[in-house]
Amino acid sequence: MQPTVRSAAILLLCAAAAACSKKQVKEAPPPPVVGSTANTGANGANGVDASAGSANGGRFTQEDLDRDSCLRNRVVYFDLDSDVTKQEFRDSIGCHAKYLRDRPQAHVKLEGNTDERGSNEYNLALGERRARSVSSVMQAMGAASSQVDVVSYGEETPVCRDSSEDCWSKNRRVEILYTTP
Amino acid sequence: MIRWLLTAVIALVPLVAGAQTTPEVDVVGGRDAALPIAVVPFSGSAGETDIAAVVRADLQRSGQFKALPEARMTEKPTTGPEVHYATWHGLGQDYLLIGRVSGGGSVRVEYELYDVVKQQRLLGFAKSGPAGSARDIAHQIADDIYQKVLGVRGAFWTRVAYVRSIGVGKGAEYSLIVADADGYNAHVLQSSSKPLMSPAWSPDGNSLAYVSFSGGNSAVMVRSLAGGEARTVASFPGMNSAPSFLPDGRLLVTLSRDGNPEIYSVGAGGGAPTRLTSQLGIDTSAAWGGDGIYFTSDRGGHPQIYRMGAGGGAASRVTNGGDYNADAAFSADGKVMAVTQGRGGQYRIAVMDRGSAASRWTTVSTGSLDGASSVAPNGSMVVYSAREGASNVLYVVSADGRVRERLQAAGNGQDPAWSPYRTP
Repeated sequence: MQPTVRSAAILLLCAAAAACSKKQVKEAPPPPVVGSTANTGANGANGVDASAGSANGGRFTQEDLDRDSCLRNRVVYFDLDSDVTKQEFRDSIGCHAKYLRDRPQAHVKLEGNTDERGSNEYNLALGERRARSVSSVMQAMGAASSQVDVVSYGEETPVCRDSSEDCWSKNRRVEILYTTP
Repeated sequence: MIRWLLTAVIALVPLVAGAQTTPEVDVVGGRDAALPIAVVPFSGSAGETDIAAVVRADLQRSGQFKALPEARMTEKPTTGPEVHYATWHGLGQDYLLIGRVSGGGSVRVEYELYDVVKQQRLLGFAKSGPAGSARDIAHQIADDIYQKVLGVRGAFWTRVAYVRSIGVGKGAEYSLIVADADGYNAHVLQSSSKPLMSPAWSPDGNSLAYVSFSGGNSAVMVRSLAGGEARTVASFPGMNSAPSFLPDGRLLVTLSRDGNPEIYSVGAGGGAPTRLTSQLGIDTSAAWGGDGIYFTSDRGGHPQIYRMGAGGGAASRVTNGGDYNADAAFSADGKVMAVTQGRGGQYRIAVMDRGSAASRWTTVSTGSLDGASSVAPNGSMVVYSAREGASNVLYVVSADGRVRERLQAAGNGQDPAWSPYRTP
């Protein structure tokens, strides 16, 4: 049975690797680099200071979702067993908050996820706390509570399945999905 | 004078048809104190099922018995007069099981258990059931032997529910599966492209609660094994998760409807939940432990097990060892408790027999990402999920950690739940 198990595992690893790269390309085109993503919004979205930006008529449009490098950041990553939204992601969350303010009909779903370590059920709750943490930041930056839904998948929907810190760090995430652009 | 007792096997609860999986069996440890027993191949045939082999594997898996390999049997008696105690004594055996299979469409099995040392017959029974019930009968025979020799009810004729998940992302597929406790007779109850989680058995063993994401958000559902539609128990805004049944048939669930993951009780038919915890951190994975509700909480900084009364309220911390303790699971009497214990980045299953004088944790698994343990109703074995390569596999381990067996090598099984005792 061992050879079968091994080849199955290899197949799965390949599948996981393929899914990883594919999903990353789709959901986080530019890696979330500190600083470099803020202040580069096509329409002058200024991250945390976006509230000031909108006053100059720099309103986001639906096209900006695909175009604006700040809005294209749709993944917030977390430290192990932590639900604290790190400072480095507040700029891009601010862009999304501004977009939601500019477009009151828009709606996002925040999907909370964890790495595979520890209890599935605890991780489901941890993913929920992470999604709510991002939701709080987004609302503090001006999004309306009616525009933000949260759902947790815990460790059930990883972007990769390798047991390594590299993969785990990619899975400890909240994904920002626009259900209405 | 032989006195046969007749036991009828109730027709199997029909399951939704699904794929069958064949489990892999690896005994990875041994136990010197295990009782030596020879289970001789039965005469006659029960189709594809080798009844003696099923009994042998059951007894071996419990860690309480050491089964003599068939190749070492110098005699293969199938009736009482053919039994020579000296032969089995010479092979170092304490117990001997022989039997005969008959029946055309149905299955009838007669078996006899002997005490080799005392040179006496301990059991002589006949069991019968419909075609296809040979494995059930074999598990019931193993239960009878366990009860007779150890004075403890056997838990071989039970089931395990689990989730099989394959793939990642959009192509992922999740199945809720019910199988015999040895992994055979696996049937798919439900499949989904969205996660399925946390199966939990009702006290009567006739239905399963679980978490489904089919509607987009998480919901706690209950489904009868006899078929029919799944019922929604909790589908509130926020998270609906971690169901487990109370002895009275109500459920404990974790909801975040009030903004934070908290534990509630709710009727099996749904309705208004009663909130039992109220803390800023995460409270989840509640289970009835015989003397209260046990749950996982990070109110002290990291996940640990706490206990509170049936009505909720003040809770006291139960676990101290390790940086991380989660997912308390119990035997039917609450005496045997299993948890997922994290220590130095490794997650393993730890078991405590709270009924013994020196109650302390024994680590019974050897992986680094083990979890989701569930205890057999008699406390003798624990099933859990382990990671091997990129796959999840299920293991059954004896409660003392000495005998461990992979239930399902190919299957990506996770979140196992051991059923209550079954009644004929």
